[in-house]
Amino acid sequence: MTDATQQIGSFEDEAQFGDYVALLKPRVMSLVVFTAAVGVFVAPVYIHPFVALVAILFIALGGGASGALNMWYDHDIDAIMKRTAKRPVPAGKVTKGEALTIGLWLSFIAVVMLGLASNWVAAGILAFTIFFYVVIYTMWLKRWTPQNIVIGGAAGAFPPMIGWAVATGGVSVESVLMFAIIFMWTPPHFWALALFMNEDYSKAGVPMLTVTHGRKTTRTHIIAYTLLLAPLAVGAAFTSIGGWIYLAAALYLNAKFVWGAWQLWHRSEDEAEADTYKAEKKYFRFSLTYLFGSFGALLAQAIWVQGFGMGAW
Amino acid sequence: MAAPRVEHELHTRRYSRNLGVGLTLAFLVCIVFGLTYVKITRGGLNEGFDHVLRPELVPTQQESN
Repeated sequence: MTDATQQIGSFEDEAQFGDYVALLKPRVMSLVVFTAAVGVFVAPVYIHPFVALVAILFIALGGGASGALNMWYDHDIDAIMKRTAKRPVPAGKVTKGEALTIGLWLSFIAVVMLGLASNWVAAGILAFTIFFYVVIYTMWLKRWTPQNIVIGGAAGAFPPMIGWAVATGGVSVESVLMFAIIFMWTPPHFWALALFMNEDYSKAGVPMLTVTHGRKTTRTHIIAYTLLLAPLAVGAAFTSIGGWIYLAAALYLNAKFVWGAWQLWHRSEDEAEADTYKAEKKYFRFSLTYLFGSFGALLAQAIWVQGFGMGAW
Repeated sequence: MAAPRVEHELHTRRYSRNLGVGLTLAFLVCIVFGLTYVKITRGGLNEGFDHVLRPELVPTQQESN
């Protein structure tokens, strides 16, 4: 090896392209792509498919950029938690500075390109989403309050609202309802995860509700949020984006989600430990099905009404 | 003096990064081109109001009917 290559680094710690992609949290991006796409397609305004595709791509890129900024700021606690220790920054593949630079540039590119492709209302909401996730959630709330996931969840709830703004150029009751569904879904989803990953958060000193108030309180909070979510989700069926397809799906998914939360609420810690948090893991997995199912039903409803020209009811 | 090596070890090591960046930039160029095409072909009248009455922007009698 020459002096020059020694300065540049060795083969083992050389970041490959995949490491930079991992910096953008592709799994989170897939959720952003899906919910933003639903926001675009359920809107009652025609938008050219290519413009829609480009807009969704840059909404996803904005989400990815905020993921990179999150990894830049959270590199210390990511290294402690088992779930996040293999991320590119704690693994030593990508430096903190690189994560920051990539995050800032991609945020800028995503916002400007979304504005040029669609409109500046959508770009403005995307810029606010990135700011909210990085500054309000990551830098401020995450390490300070057990309500971190409640308020921070708003960042993940904005994509369908941005998608709606891409098509309509504004905000309406339907887009606020889509926001509300993800906003109310986020706490039970993450608290279910925290119930069986408590040790990780505890070691990293992240004040998750399970760490600060214990598992019993967390279980109560899960059922409370699930009960608050249900009328919002079912209520969306009676707006312009709803109809019988969505209503049927919403009734089924919410009944199952509430039933799962009810079961978690009645479980003691001994029972949970005895079966290694089987019900909690099942509830967590179902929460993902719930979100994809709900937004998938909205999309199916839009295809039924707009694609086939059928009535909503 | 030996001839300079064309393929340095660094090139092999950074192949995936360089390829990834290259493809991403090419993809971006395609997106901007496609977007420009769609905006121009579907943009309708591309002239805007500039504080002066421009006869070509005023609908004719036939158009307004």
